[in-house]
Amino acid sequence: MRYSGFKVIKEALTGHRGWGPAWRDRDPASAYDYIIIGGGGHGLATAYYLAKVYGQSRIAVLEKGWIGGGNVGRNTTIIRSNYLLDGNEPFYEFSLQLWEGLEQELNYNAMVSQRGILNLIHTDAQRDAFIRRGNAMILNGADADLLSTAQIKARYPFLNTDNARFPIKGGLAQHRGGTVRHDAVAWGYARGADQLGVDIIQNCEVTGFLIEDGTCTGVETTRGPIKAGKVASCVAGSSSRVMEKAGMRLPIESHVLQAFVSEGLKPVLSGVITFGAGHFYCSQSDKGGLVFGGDIDGYNSYAQRGNLPVVEDVCEGGMAIFPMLGRARLLRMWGGIMDMSMDGSPIIDRTHVDGLYFNGGWCYGGFKATPASGYVYAHLLATDTPHPTATAYRFDRFSTGHMIDEKGMGNQPNLH
Amino acid sequence: MIIDHPLLGPRDSAEFTYLGDASLIHRPDWEAKDAISQFAEYGYQRDNPAGTHRELWFHEQGDRSWLVVTRSTTTHEITQVELARDVARREGRST
Amino acid sequence: MTQVNRLAGGQVDRSKELSFKFDGKSYRGYQGDTLASALLANDVRLMGRSFKYHRPRGPLTSGSEEPNAIVELRSGARQEPNTRATTAELFDGLTAKSQNRWPSLAFDALAINDRLSNFLAAGFYYKTFMWPAVFWEKLYEPIIRKAAGLGSLSLQDDPDSYDKGFRHCDLLVIGSGPSGLMAALTAARAGAEVILADEDFLLGGRLNAETYAIGDEDARDWAAATVAELGAMSNVRIMPRTTVIGAFDHGIYGALERVSDHVAVPADGKPRQILWRIYTKQTILAAGATERPIAFEQNDRPGIMLASAMRAYVNRWAATPAHTVAIFTNNDDGHRTAHDLAAKGVTVAAVIDTRADALKSEHFEVIPGATITNTQGRLGLTVIEVTLSTGQTRSISCGALGVSGGWNPNVHLASHQRGRPTWMPEISAFGPGATLPEGMHAAGAAMGQLSTHGALQSGAAQALVALKAMGKEGARPDPPEAEDAPIRITPFWHVSGAKRAWLDQQNDVTAKDVKLAHQENFRSVEHLKRYTTLGMATDQGKTSNMGGLAIMAELAGKSIPEVGTTIFRPPYTPTAIGAFAGRSAGADFRPIRKTPSHFWAEEQGAVFVEVGMWLRTQWFPRPGETHWRQSVDREVAQTRKSVGICDVTTLGKIDVQGADAATFLNKIYCNPFAKVPIGKVRYGLMLREDGIAMDDGTAARLAEDHFVVTTTTANAVGVYRHMEFVRQCLFPDLDVQLISTTEAWAQFSVAGPNARNLLRKVVDEEHDISNEAFPYMGCGEISVGGVRGRLFRISFSGELAYEIAVPTRYGDALIRKMVAAGEEFDAVVYGTEALGVMRIEKGHAAGNELNGTTTALNLGMGRMVNKKKDSIGSTLSERPGLNEKDALKLVGLKPVDPADPVPAGAHLMTKGTPVDAAHDQGYVTSACFSPNLGCHIAIGYLKSGDARMGEVIRLVSPLTGVDHDVEVVSAHFIDPEGERLRV
Repeated sequence: MRYSGFKVIKEALTGHRGWGPAWRDRDPASAYDYIIIGGGGHGLATAYYLAKVYGQSRIAVLEKGWIGGGNVGRNTTIIRSNYLLDGNEPFYEFSLQLWEGLEQELNYNAMVSQRGILNLIHTDAQRDAFIRRGNAMILNGADADLLSTAQIKARYPFLNTDNARFPIKGGLAQHRGGTVRHDAVAWGYARGADQLGVDIIQNCEVTGFLIEDGTCTGVETTRGPIKAGKVASCVAGSSSRVMEKAGMRLPIESHVLQAFVSEGLKPVLSGVITFGAGHFYCSQSDKGGLVFGGDIDGYNSYAQRGNLPVVEDVCEGGMAIFPMLGRARLLRMWGGIMDMSMDGSPIIDRTHVDGLYFNGGWCYGGFKATPASGYVYAHLLATDTPHPTATAYRFDRFSTGHMIDEKGMGNQPNLH
Repeated sequence: MIIDHPLLGPRDSAEFTYLGDASLIHRPDWEAKDAISQFAEYGYQRDNPAGTHRELWFHEQGDRSWLVVTRSTTTHEITQVELARDVARREGRST
Repeated sequence: MTQVNRLAGGQVDRSKELSFKFDGKSYRGYQGDTLASALLANDVRLMGRSFKYHRPRGPLTSGSEEPNAIVELRSGARQEPNTRATTAELFDGLTAKSQNRWPSLAFDALAINDRLSNFLAAGFYYKTFMWPAVFWEKLYEPIIRKAAGLGSLSLQDDPDSYDKGFRHCDLLVIGSGPSGLMAALTAARAGAEVILADEDFLLGGRLNAETYAIGDEDARDWAAATVAELGAMSNVRIMPRTTVIGAFDHGIYGALERVSDHVAVPADGKPRQILWRIYTKQTILAAGATERPIAFEQNDRPGIMLASAMRAYVNRWAATPAHTVAIFTNNDDGHRTAHDLAAKGVTVAAVIDTRADALKSEHFEVIPGATITNTQGRLGLTVIEVTLSTGQTRSISCGALGVSGGWNPNVHLASHQRGRPTWMPEISAFGPGATLPEGMHAAGAAMGQLSTHGALQSGAAQALVALKAMGKEGARPDPPEAEDAPIRITPFWHVSGAKRAWLDQQNDVTAKDVKLAHQENFRSVEHLKRYTTLGMATDQGKTSNMGGLAIMAELAGKSIPEVGTTIFRPPYTPTAIGAFAGRSAGADFRPIRKTPSHFWAEEQGAVFVEVGMWLRTQWFPRPGETHWRQSVDREVAQTRKSVGICDVTTLGKIDVQGADAATFLNKIYCNPFAKVPIGKVRYGLMLREDGIAMDDGTAARLAEDHFVVTTTTANAVGVYRHMEFVRQCLFPDLDVQLISTTEAWAQFSVAGPNARNLLRKVVDEEHDISNEAFPYMGCGEISVGGVRGRLFRISFSGELAYEIAVPTRYGDALIRKMVAAGEEFDAVVYGTEALGVMRIEKGHAAGNELNGTTTALNLGMGRMVNKKKDSIGSTLSERPGLNEKDALKLVGLKPVDPADPVPAGAHLMTKGTPVDAAHDQGYVTSACFSPNLGCHIAIGYLKSGDARMGEVIRLVSPLTGVDHDVEVVSAHFIDPEGERLRV
């Protein structure tokens, strides 16, 4: 069913009786050409582009719980393409361009809102690094803008520029950055994929892989075995748990990242601000909640909840630059599991098992990557060659020394 | 979280800095023929279990001991805390 | 006509009359009131507007679960948006404004949304605002954002302070109702250290809102007496106004104490609030239960509230929302409310009971088997329309309606560690699940024991369980007699056929929205929540979630437990962000580390700069210097001409001692250290195990078994941690000990041709520091005025240079002594800018070059990585990706036109190639104006840079509008042969 202005008005006047399901729950068939494990944003986007762009059919998305229940359901909604390294920037810029056309593409309003992202600068060395990054962005076809303290102050007069422990010395802005209504991304892709004939199967957990002579021929699930031509894992957060069933160890640790939202407030913050000298970033949702976060808790965890020290650390960062936040109330804190990779960048690659593919290691940057991740993963699945924007996301880059380490932190996942 | 330091008793985990899997104690032999691939495995591949995890914590704001903490990654329950040095010796790092 | 709805009795102090303002109008209330109770006493039912439809709203509850009566409390910089009138303690002079309305609460222009509600159904925005494409961001979204949100922030800095505190106990009791008090008493009498925390300012929980007896006393008197007994015990700490907000790992609870929210301005020196971290062995969750409403047509008018809230307003605050009320209930507890109100002289027009077998009463009419099918009253309830069991309808006039749909145990804290609650069919509600946070036990209404007797008994019983778990014996007290009414409830969630029956009153989610979600396949409980926003308001669905689950269960043909609940997340109630930050806000965000010369530098009018936690001197302006470059150029020039002094204390210093110290350093550094002679310093490069350069510095061998290692300022902590890891985890048997001495020694660089001449006046005469006795890269122990010190002949500037160290407490004296000694040489003291200029002129790598992605090879030090020994990182540094033919190499860069800058962050392009990422050749890491060369210079990484000396390349910085030619040169701009170092 296509959403249109006419349809919306008609339904409003007739009691909304005509809306059908946004997507349909399917029972698993016995075999598919493609099985995508994981009904999160990336998995659903993969299914969508596989059908839409690459013309494939007989595709199933298997979700152990409810679709969109992983990190697409609990992130801080930021989109941007302000990366430094050539292995990353073209991919994220491709993603940002897909975001820009997403609503029309999907006929679903995921509220892509390009109100800009601003990284604050506090030291000369940071400025040097941000200029290098801004230049890299521009050289890769993205937008970047170096702002002075005065320009920042004019835009955000409540920022602490007078009495700060780490004075603001400018900022690197990407005006095309912004936020998206995160749940709607999963729903929009699910709806689009469903309309293209993809089977979306909820409450179907993969319990094992069917591997014969080094070739993956399907999966075992809580709803029985399902055969497949190609099996694509797309379960960031649970990557190690799933791939272990295929005998793989990954260059990934699972960590908890907390995020926070305040009570609804009248608009104060138009774009996204990140505080480079503390661990704090913040935006304001269309509903009025300040959505913010900071560092991961730092220890391996699958518990999907965090602890107080990081909560306090994040709020300290907030109060360092927004001292007017003191009387705003934190409404809810939550934790998600991050696939923290060894260089802070993702992996989209074939595995040592024929017919088994992997997409994961997104650290806490997976949400913004959703459209491109789905697109390039679909490309890999359909063509068995990496998409031009994703050639660096290989498994073997650690053994060959081609790490994509934006922060320069080395093989310690909790520092990325 | 609270880590029951073998020498100092219970301490808030905020006093510690986390490194990762205690397998990092088992640094490969630099003279092995396949040293590069052994080191790559050692440096980059992780079991990353959902369940019992032996991991390294550094008492940075304390006595500067490295500890091996046995902790569940699903419940965060800590079942054992040892000095990493004792573990390293026991597990063959003595020269 | 003030307080026309004030009744007799209650727990307000009528001797303390308070005046307050709501929306500019003055009212009076009493000490002990909340803002809501005082407004109700003044016959004000309308207190707010809902989020989406801007519906007029009054309080639904009398506690922290309130969705409707939320206001902007106070004014100016202390303005607090979204404050619950139901928990805001009244104080004299309180001011509050209603929010989310314009121009006034009674007339709100955006109430037009209510008329348009057909268009604004759940999820409407996902289906629209897409045409034409650009209109979403240009038109629709700005309008939506403007209308969104509830209260406003002042946009001014919060003037109050917040503290953090830490408390330890054996038993934390959360909630001071009958079960909490009984639990605390039982444990305290057994000698346990007990903390009793309650969010209310009056302890006793529900006992303050009830009229029944405990033993032979009024329940509230029993509560007061028990609190007094507990308060007199030295092992009990009572924390009123303290909300336990979260249950974290290993018995750690977060708790917010509102120290000053009940006064106009915090008393001098007092914080507004304190965030406590409570470390406890055992916990009793005695958080009580929350009554839930029933959904029916137009059930959100001001005056319609939970029956228990109505009872609390009347009993505790002696304030009735109206003089004629009605009750709508599906259980016996609703009748109790009617009894209590009737006893207070309030007219109970009727009790509408959904059950055919409803209780009967002599005091008021009971209408069994009936439902409410409509209500009237635009800004406050006037009439309810009742559909009788016969199908006939009847209108009843009343100014308030108490609704009772049963009670939900407050299981939130029990589920903060993701344990799922368990369905309790006997009370038709979820109770605590099988997996509680370690050491937690639920008691009383929080575990579904809804009678007072049951609460007292379970409080005592659970305290005994907790005592046993901590190895203590307790005596089972003999709880006093109390009411033990059976739970009689027939689940009834919503009146069917309603067009607009609210579930989530703040977010305006109605029963129909749940139906639409179901119809569109948003059937999982999480989809329901996210699609409709049910339970996402500031009350987090405390009164609304159950109704939504019940309706979804009905539509899906499932039981409520099959539908399940969403996840309970902290905090239990919204908590000020300022409280989580405590004192670490604004300029006090992080501590400041000051160098030993800081106070002297301050006296000189130095300009300081943040370097991590350190504050270092950036430059020393002299009179007449109007631009920083003048100061820096002078400092550089004078240092190279004569001598300069710089505080380098911030560099990390690690003392390495033991028989295996050299062996250990040989592992740590990639270059050889086994044979460093005593009295010599060696430059060392440390790699991470992944082969990337980690840090560089020097190691000075003071004795056979004693080295002093220096690190960069930024990596001091990380390098020390790494060295301890290598020592303890990788080579546990090496005889070597480490300690950080960064803060123990004040260290100064003395550089320039006159460095030795200056130091001769400072170092005690018996130490020969001549070039012969103390050559380049020499080190040794010296004394300065009899104070022990160390001298290292090392240079970062490229000049003849030393670093001299004395114990930190003598650092201030040493800088003054050296400055005095330097007068005859026109010595300067220089800051980090001049330091940076000189190291760039000399081509020394620093933080910008050691950026965590560069190798020894990139730094031009590839040959330093010794392949004949095992050192950290040497193996993985051999990976092909780190040794590519066209690898980046550190080079110097000079502008072709001497007037051009060579800015850091610019990228490098081969001449004649397109300017894009595919043709990127490298980047500039560090840049400065060199007063010695008279032009800007820079160092940076360039592909195959070592083979491109003399090549003219293109430097581009599209971000800052720079594009010109530069020449590739050696990074050693000054004294490339190092002759100056050795004189």
